[in-house]
Amino acid sequence: MKVLVPIKRVIDANIKVRVKADNSGVELNNVKMAMNPFCEIAVEEAIRMRESGTADEVIVVAVGPSQSQETLRTGLAMGADRAILIETDPIPEPLAIAKLLKAVAEKEDPGMIILGKQAIDGDNNQTGQMLAGLLNWSIGSFVSKLSIEGSTVKVTREVDGGLENIDLAAPAVITVDLRLNEPRYASLPNIMKAKKKPLDTHTPEELGIDVSPRLEVLRVLEPPGRAAGVRVESADELVEKLRNEAKVI
Amino acid sequence: MSILVIGEHDNTALRPSTLNVVTAAKALGSDIDVLIAGSDCQGAADEAATIAGVARVLKADDAALSDGLAENMAPLVQSLAGNYSHVLAPATTYGKNLLPRAAAILDVQQISDISGIESEDTFVRPIYAGNAMATVRSNDALKLITVRTTSFEAAEFGGAAPVEDVSGGIDAQLSTFAGEELTRSERPELTTADIIVSGGRGMQSSENFAMLETLADKLGAAVGASRAAVDAGYVPNDYQVGQTGKVVAPNVYIAVGISGAIQHLAGMKDSKIIVAINKDEEAPIFQVADYGWVADLFEAIPQLEAALGANAS
Repeated sequence: MKVLVPIKRVIDANIKVRVKADNSGVELNNVKMAMNPFCEIAVEEAIRMRESGTADEVIVVAVGPSQSQETLRTGLAMGADRAILIETDPIPEPLAIAKLLKAVAEKEDPGMIILGKQAIDGDNNQTGQMLAGLLNWSIGSFVSKLSIEGSTVKVTREVDGGLENIDLAAPAVITVDLRLNEPRYASLPNIMKAKKKPLDTHTPEELGIDVSPRLEVLRVLEPPGRAAGVRVESADELVEKLRNEAKVI
Repeated sequence: MSILVIGEHDNTALRPSTLNVVTAAKALGSDIDVLIAGSDCQGAADEAATIAGVARVLKADDAALSDGLAENMAPLVQSLAGNYSHVLAPATTYGKNLLPRAAAILDVQQISDISGIESEDTFVRPIYAGNAMATVRSNDALKLITVRTTSFEAAEFGGAAPVEDVSGGIDAQLSTFAGEELTRSERPELTTADIIVSGGRGMQSSENFAMLETLADKLGAAVGASRAAVDAGYVPNDYQVGQTGKVVAPNVYIAVGISGAIQHLAGMKDSKIIVAINKDEEAPIFQVADYGWVADLFEAIPQLEAALGANAS
């Protein structure tokens, strides 16, 4: 089985983002970029499936500017077999990404598509669910456990009330949550090897997909700030302040 | 404007998230229908009919809809959407699972997790873990939106809307519900609690987390956790507060042994009062705390309990 893993290049999760002075967006120039953390978990899961014999090929796919090649190389260094870049700048909205991924899926005919539940830039949490809808495939979202039994994909989902088990008909789209696995670091020899792995580039035009945006970003602002308050020295002082000053307990 | 609110429920009763979404809908217009899709869901439909300001409740009662599976629900939403200018769902795991699928088959770019409404087509939403607030205008004729529940008050009861049956759910035969492990608790629900006591890596074990539960019970509070505490296995996943967990905004959020990573702050910084108890005085949580107490939590928690008891009114 082929496994497709869509991944995204985002601002490194440890970097504090800054809103641009003209309020047109977030500063991306000279900012450290990295693979979206949820995408790392997706790549890891696919590689484990290949290592256990469930999958025979892992293909990482990115939609974005040419620098997304670095992110794809990271996926290849982790162990993916080959990479596909749909080159387009800026990165389109989730619906357009889902349409591009659908076009790739129709070409590659994977048995499963695994991706992160959310990218930490737009925090949209849409692409996987949309892709499943466009393909009319089953969806396992926010997955923390995954196993394959015959033509059934058994997943455990992290939901607001706890955990939910769903049996999915293959082929399925899976969006991964934090506790599915602990992604590996790429070793230096594997980083070197990844440079020689195949990476194909396509454009939305080649795939016949219109990626023009539906949403217009009017402005991006800093959130209202929260100032640090006061220090207390004892439990009695804290309780007194909560009762009589803040009046919240 | 005519608005369809996708109600979240367990067939017998509404989930409180539905009430917040109805309030968001009221900011868009006064013609508000609530969809209750499920199986044997008369109870939830009857409850939705009593929300003040709701024009009609649409009840789709079908065995295929009993578990809210997106594959079976999305075609129903698609078939109803043509009658509306906006379709709203809560930005809970239920809404986040369902609405993008419906949006995709309707060819609409969904607007996720809105925290504000500027006009019928312009919305405010947090991006980058709430470190920036984007104002976006949708050029789609139909708007599909998930609503950040903590940003809108709960709608009140007191209405008497008619309940009408609708059909349209299908059994797509793509997925089957196979069971759940829900956390049972007598405590308030995290997303609607007035007071939350939340623990982090500093709790060191699930046994120690019991200390927080005792404190929470004294305050009538819900118990939450940081990702670190969930990853370490101290508490189940549904305790997690943060960018990718639950977003909460209680009157008081008491963070115990939580350092305050931006991903955690994203889930709780709209709390009215934040209390931080941490032995590391450099912990970033103190930068957002109204009341900070630099103390070893294993000494602080019993003292806090005693102080609460002593001052009980």
